Formats: sequence, structure tokens, C-alpha cells
Amino acid sequence: MKRLLVIALVVVLALLPVLSAGNVTFATTVYAKMLAVLGIFLLLQAGQVSFGHGMYFAAGAYTAAYMGQAMGGADILLLLLAVIAISGLSGLIVGLFVSRYRYIFFAMLNLAFSMAVFALLEKLFHLTGGTDGLRVPRPTLLGESFSRAQFDIVIYYFSFIMVVLGSLGIWLYLRSPLGQALKAVKVNETRLEYIGLSANRTILIAYVFSAVLAGIGGLAFGLQQGLAVPELTFWTRSGEFVFIAVLGGVGNVIGVFAGTVVFQAVRFVAAALLDDAWQLILGIVLIGIILVVPAGLIGLPARLMELGRAIRKRRFLAGREQE
Amino acid sequence: MSRLRMPLTAAALTALALPAAADTPDTIRVGITTFLSGPASVFGVPGRQAAEMLAEQINDRGGLQGVPVELFFVDEGTGMETLLSEYRRLVDTVDVDVMFSGISSGTCNNIAPLAEDLEILNFMWDCGTQRIFEEGDYQWVFRTQAHAAPEVLSTFLYLMDHAPDFETIAVVNQDYAWGRDSWAIFQAALETLRPDVEVVAELFPAFGAADFSTEISRLQVLRPDVVLSTSWGGDLDTFVRQANQRGLFNNSLFVLPLAESSLERLGFDLPEGVIVGARGDHYFLHPEFRDDDDFTGFMDAFKERTGDWPIYPVFHMAQAFAALEAAYDAAAEATGGFPDRVAVRDAMEGISFSGLGREVTIRDDNQGLEDQLLGVTRRADGFDFNIMDDMIIYPAADITTPVGQETLSWIRALDESFLEISGDRFSHED
Amino acid sequence: MDSTLALIALLDGVSYASLLFLVAVGLTLIFGVLGVLNVAHGSFYAIGAYMAVTLGRWLVANDWNPWLTFPALLIAAIATGVVLGGLMERFLLRRIYTKDPVLQLLITFAVFMILENMQRMVWGVQPYFMSTPLQLLGNISVLGINYTAYQVVFLPIMALLTLLGLRLFLRHTLAGARITAVTQDREAATAMGIDARAVYFTTFMIGACLAAMGGALAAPTTSVVPGMGAQMIVLSFAVAAAAGLGNIEGALVTALLIGIARSFAIYLFPEVEILVPYLIMVLVLLWRPMGLFGMPEARKI
Repeated sequence: MKRLLVIALVVVLALLPVLSAGNVTFATTVYAKMLAVLGIFLLLQAGQVSFGHGMYFAAGAYTAAYMGQAMGGADILLLLLAVIAISGLSGLIVGLFVSRYRYIFFAMLNLAFSMAVFALLEKLFHLTGGTDGLRVPRPTLLGESFSRAQFDIVIYYFSFIMVVLGSLGIWLYLRSPLGQALKAVKVNETRLEYIGLSANRTILIAYVFSAVLAGIGGLAFGLQQGLAVPELTFWTRSGEFVFIAVLGGVGNVIGVFAGTVVFQAVRFVAAALLDDAWQLILGIVLIGIILVVPAGLIGLPARLMELGRAIRKRRFLAGREQE
Repeated sequence: MSRLRMPLTAAALTALALPAAADTPDTIRVGITTFLSGPASVFGVPGRQAAEMLAEQINDRGGLQGVPVELFFVDEGTGMETLLSEYRRLVDTVDVDVMFSGISSGTCNNIAPLAEDLEILNFMWDCGTQRIFEEGDYQWVFRTQAHAAPEVLSTFLYLMDHAPDFETIAVVNQDYAWGRDSWAIFQAALETLRPDVEVVAELFPAFGAADFSTEISRLQVLRPDVVLSTSWGGDLDTFVRQANQRGLFNNSLFVLPLAESSLERLGFDLPEGVIVGARGDHYFLHPEFRDDDDFTGFMDAFKERTGDWPIYPVFHMAQAFAALEAAYDAAAEATGGFPDRVAVRDAMEGISFSGLGREVTIRDDNQGLEDQLLGVTRRADGFDFNIMDDMIIYPAADITTPVGQETLSWIRALDESFLEISGDRFSHED
Repeated sequence: MDSTLALIALLDGVSYASLLFLVAVGLTLIFGVLGVLNVAHGSFYAIGAYMAVTLGRWLVANDWNPWLTFPALLIAAIATGVVLGGLMERFLLRRIYTKDPVLQLLITFAVFMILENMQRMVWGVQPYFMSTPLQLLGNISVLGINYTAYQVVFLPIMALLTLLGLRLFLRHTLAGARITAVTQDREAATAMGIDARAVYFTTFMIGACLAAMGGALAAPTTSVVPGMGAQMIVLSFAVAAAAGLGNIEGALVTALLIGIARSFAIYLFPEVEILVPYLIMVLVLLWRPMGLFGMPEARKI
């Protein structure tokens, strides 16, 4: 049943450009962010939160900008390979340091790294374009070049396929021994080490994987926006990814999707309706969800049923008292 | 296939060649991107207030070609992703007739190619970067005001006029594109026309920095003849107040090309004798219009409504609306009815219009030619802040990069004759 | 760089560090006791500044004695901290102490977004300024360089007073002893009859007051603008994390370290100035994961 639902969802989304062309841009943004959130989601399985994944997101976008400008609009697939290599490598280097830390220190160290990257991107004006960032030239796909309208569709399917592959990858990852070990870090790290597995290495592998996901997300985002800016690695951006992951729920990948859609929708609707209150509305919605459904959106149906049961029970009891 | 394409192309060609009259719509929808949050909202909010007042005025007069205008605002402060999505939403769903976008050069860099692809008329109503039209050709994008080159070069000319013998200079600019670009232009002019001047410090404190104490200490040690800062908003206010408190204005001549927008806020914390610019001939006491009833009427109404005198973004907004009105009028005349969007765009080529200042003309590369006003701060009766005196208005044509040239290389090729551009002089008392 | 310049840079660094310390110490106190990393701390800082400016300007505009702007700074800070901190602890944080620490962090993040927006609704977007206290104290000249006494004398004194006050309070008063007890072992403290809820409530309000005081004291030296909170919060994270979260004296040392390094950077390598706090934070955490003065926690099996 659940599997059928997922397949139906994938089919509907694959047909989105036909069904609802007006929402293609919105959906692409959702996919791009969702890729980064998937990375956060993976680390959350080990109970770790990174407040610095914006740096890999930025790495993806800046790679597209530099390569695109050097090659006059590079091929998407080439960019993808480059981004996987670059974000994977930088994830490995930073990961070697941060995988020794846990909880707040893990979060803070990631924050520190990403803010150092942010400061550098802003400061090295002549290399990075400073605050205004760099333009990302429109890429080609297998030698084919596109108009903007065509490219909107191309980037939609690119991000969509990446999300499907990324989700599938995470699903397989979590079922593998590596994934089991990752979950064990959260439950009891020492026990994990007693059976001869290194908790640090388990986290490092997941960290590299999550960095690559964030990098691909940044690539999709940069290509769609046509822009790479330092703000991609500002702490509020990384915080947003964590926020979405927790909003959706730590339980499964569908939660990540639901979380991203809701977050972006609230943001856009709020920005469109009340041009000066989107932060306020977003903040209130998020507090509401955390207080009412701490398991995240994915826990919402269960929570609603629970509430329904409670109300019925109360009515039942009230009815009996009247008798 | 080819049979199908033929008539289509022909139809497209006729559409291009003959801008046509269209059905009269209920409203002319104008989308405006402006900063409603973040530090640049010191410009964006007055810009929005001005837009609302101007739209009311236009509608009171019966609208553009009998059609009232309707405004849609987008906050540039929510970040590029929301901005781009909102921009597309306005174009695709709301079906706006024209976009005014935007304040930040970053916005314009991204919006210009987007507007071109979406084939929507876009006025860059406030952003300063000179690069856009130097790097690409645009059919749908126009700039209804000057760009960085005339703004900075007029400052350079005024400084050369006011204190030609300075030997050392220090710069304190915000660390982002405008701060860097404006210094690059000023520096190019210095190196070409005053190579003997020594640059003793180039300081780029972070955008939005709250504290300039260390920079000020360093300037006190260096004692440069001139301190240049193209900063604005809270950054400029903080810098000026901290510098004034510590007596830095006694040591150095300050040159602040954007300080017109801070005059009223800074009050007497901005001392007398500081060179002040306005990114155009924007001044609520404009020497050529201060006796004009329409002009003073608008200034007073704005003051009444918002509590503050208009600052330059208000004038820039007025130019965008003036351009729009002129374009609709010209297009209606050309088509003999209510013009369609292509007709309005075509009417923009070479058009002249006046907002709340001298006439602006759009030249071949879609860049507006706008004159530049500078002055020196002076106390005056009736104001609880220093106003401008010894004003000079420089003619745009002489100080704007010529069509087809790149600003920095054009400046590097300038000769001494450039220093003879003298402009029109005014004093506050006249 | 000769010794004169070094002294000048040192003075600038100390005055900057004093403000940094005031904000960071509140953050670190809250973390030490409640275990919550409060992102909304940056908003308390900003709103404290806005309140101080509003109150100060009102006093000046109504011809009160200008020296009253000094107590006004304090009153504005305490009012902000007590009201906002109190409300936030009572109605939000209290519900989630037992939940995942990530949720606690995110609640404070949401509050930060809400407060950023509300402060824009209340005060608008124009920069505010109120330099009366700064002007009253006048300038002092060091080696021919003018400094404001407010920045190089008053602010460091306030920072030191805060540090001493906190030490005395935590070590020599009953309320302080309760806080220390709850911090070290909540269960044992509760068993001995200490109301942990009241302790959390008080501590959070004190921390919020300190953030607001940082803002109020910064207000006379700077323009109060939207977005100032988001900048400050990262800096105070850097200070608190490099010191070791929860360590009060350490926060002073790292604030000085960051402040002085920053002002030397402006003289020697202006291009790396903005990088300094983050660089110090990364290096310190790599070298000592618990911060310079942090104690490693006993690992739970």
C-alpha cells in the first residue's frame, strides 16, 4: 500500500510539467533543497545535526558558475561529475575533522567551517564576485543547448531524477550494514565500538555521502537560479535545511519531501500574500508543528488519529457520566 | 513541418514589425521589486511610498491612456530565490505589463536576462552597476537613471573643483559589489588624471558592520587629506557618527557620494564642509525646481505622509513612472489606440522624460542619461540638519561612458580636458 | 607595526571585545544551565538596542537630564530580557526540555525568525541612533589619537562588572547556588527540594537580560538597524564555543582574543578581518573540541 502510494507520487511528479506547468519552477526549488535536506536527514539517523551543510550547497552552485564561465556553458552531466567529486572531496576533508565530534560540537564545528567559507566568498571579491556572487551560465545537455523555457523543463527533470536516485540511495544505505551502524551511533556508540566498528568512520562515510547530496542540490539550485551567492552558505541557510528535515520527521524519506514542500509553500504563500511577514508566519507554523507533532509532518496522520481517538473517548466518557 | 513553420514565422515577423493597438485593459499592472526588509530597505521603503503616491497621482489624472495603474510589490530582501520566483509569478500569473526591478545590482544582474527571456518590459529603476549594458544587448530592459560611472566621476570632478591640491586619500567602502566597483572607477580616474595622489589606505569593512572604531583609529594615524566613502544607510550613518565623535572631520575632507540619503537622519552629526552626492540630480531643494509648484507640492506631500523629506530612491521611482507615462503616450500616438506591449517597448527607444528633476534621455544602449548634482554641507535656517550648498550639476553626456565602450578602459583613456567639465553652479541662497 | 600602533589596536580590540563578551556570556550561561543553544539570543540583543534607543530618545526629546540615558540603557535591557526571555521560557522552552535537543534548537530558531520580523514591524527599517551617553563621556586622547571614553573606558568596565557580578551571584548567593546545583545534577538538586523549573526560568531571563544589555550598551556607538541580531548571534556562538560552552570566564578570554585579533587584522591584513572570528573558532575547536576552557563530559554508557 505504502509502496503503491510512493510509486503513484513519483508518476504524478514525473508528469508535473504536463499536468501543472505553472508549478515547475516551484517544484524544482523544492527538489534542489530536498537534496540537501536528504543529506541532513542521513546524519540525523546518527543523531547528528550539521549547521554547516550550506557550504556544500554553495560548493555545487559555485562549481557550476566557475566551470560554466570557463567553458562557456558546460554540459550538465559533466557538471554533475565535477560537483560529486568536489563536494565529496571537501566533505571528506572537513569530515575527517568533524566526524570526531558529536552533538552540539559537531553542529558548531560545521557552522564554523561554513561561516569561514561564507566570509571567504564575500571577501575574495575579485575571485568570487563578493556578495553579488557569480552568474551561472545556462549549461547544455549532451551537447544540446536550450532556451530558458526548455531549460526550465530540463532542470526540472534533472533535479527530479537526482531526488529519486538520492532517495533510493538513502533507502538502500539505511538498510545496509553501514546504515544499521549509523543508527547504532545514535542509540549507543560504545556498544558499536565493542563489536569492532568505528563510530567515527561510520559518521565520516555518512558525512561524505550527505555532502555529495547537498552539493548536487546546490548544483540544481544554482543552475535553476542562474546564480551562485555567498548567502548559500550563510548559517540561516544551513539552519533551514535542518529545520526542514525535522519538520518532515526523522522517520523516512517521504517526510523529507513533505517537509520541503510545506516549508517552501508556506514561504512562498506568505511572501506573496503578506510581503512583510513571511518570517513571522514561517516561524509560527514551525513552532506549531514542533509543539503539536514533534515527530514531524510524517507523524501527522498518526497524531490526528490519536487526537480523534482521545476526543471520541472523552465524548464517550462524557456521555456515560450524563447517564 | 516546414509548411507549418512558414506562416508562423511570417506571423512572428509581422508582429515584430508592426506594433499594434490592443484592447484596452482594466488596469496597467506594474510589478515593482524593492527592499522592504534588510539594510537596503532604507531606500526600498521610501521607494515604495513614492511609488504609491505616484500611482495615486497618475490615477487621479485618469491613468495612463485612460487606464489606471495597479501596483504589485516584491521584497528584494527575501533573497534571490524568492525574488526570482515572485518575479516569474508576477509575469506569468498576474500578467503584469511592466516590471520595475530593482535596487540591488545583484538583482539587476539576474533580472535583466530573465526579463529578456520572458519578453517583459523591465526598468532598472535604481541599481548602479554599469556592467549590464556594457556586457550584453537588451531589447526589453531599460535603465531609467544613471549608472555608477557618472555618479563616481561627477564626485571626482567635484572634488577636483573643490579641493584640487589634495595629496593623499583613503577609502572606506562597504565590502560588496558597489563598494568595490565605485572605488575601481574612482581609482581609475585618480590614476589617469591625478597619478601623483597617494592612496594611503583601502579599507573594506564588512557590509552592515556595526563598528568602525579600528578603521577610524587607523585614519587618525594616517591623516589623509581626503576620506572617500561610497557607503550608505546604517553603515554610513554609523561611520559618520563615530568619525565625527572622534574628531576625524577636523583632519580630513570627507567625500560621501551617497550622503544625500542620510542628511536628514544624521542631523548635525554630519558636519559642515563635507562633499555630498545624490546619485543623480536628486535633492528635495533642487536649485532649478525649488520654486516649481508641482515639485514642492510633491516634496511637501511626501514629507507630510512619511515624516521624512524625499531621498534619491524617491526621485528614481518618479523617473521610472515618468518614463512609463511617456512611453504609453508615445506608443498610443504611434499606434493610434491603446498600445500593446511591443509598442510600449518600442516607444522607449530614445525617449525623454522628466521625473522630479532634469530631463532624462534613454540612449541607444537603453541606458538613461541623467545629470549629477553634488554639493557641500552647510547649516541653513529652518532645517535641523545640514543641507547642501555650492551645488554643481554635471551634464550626463560628458561623464557617462559612451555607448559600446567599457567604463574602466574609457576612463583610462581620458585626458586633462575631462577636468574642464565645469557643470552648472548654484548656491543655497540664490 | 610599531609599539604605538600595537597599543592603538589593543585599545580598539578591548572595546570591541567588551561588547562581544556581554552578549556571549548570556548565551553561554543559558547553555550551561539549560543545555539550550538559544538562537533567539541575537534578537534579544537587537531588541535591547532598539528599546534603549527608543527610551533614550524619548528622554532627550522631553528635556530630561541627559545623564538619565545611562540608567535608561539598563532599564531598557532589563525590561526586554525579563519580558521576552520570561515569555519565551514559560510558554515555549518549558514544553520541550524533555524533547530532542535538536527540537529545542529549532524552537529558538523559529523564535528568532518571528522576533526579527516583529522588530521590523515595530521599529521599521530606518537606522536608529542615540549617542547621548557617548557624547556625555567625551573623548580621551591616547598617543594623539582620539577615543571615546564610552568605548575604551566605560564598556570594558561594564564587561568587568558583569563578570564579577555573575561570579559573586553564582558563588555567594543562595539563588546562585541553586543555579549551580541544578547545572551540575538536576535530579539530585530536585531531590533536595530545589525547584528546577524556577531555576531555569530565572537563568533564562538573566541570560536574555545580558543579551539585551549588550545591545543597549552597543546602541550609543552604532546605528541600530534590521539584521544586527543575525550578525551578532554567530559572533557570540564563536566566542562561546571557542571558550567552551557554559564557561563564563572563558568567554571573556575568547572575546578578548577575537576582539584583539580582529583589530590587529584591520591594521596588518584588512582583507582577513571578517574571517578572524570563524578562523579562531575552527582552530580552537580542532585543537580542543570542548573549547579552550571546557571540561570533557563523562561519557555515558
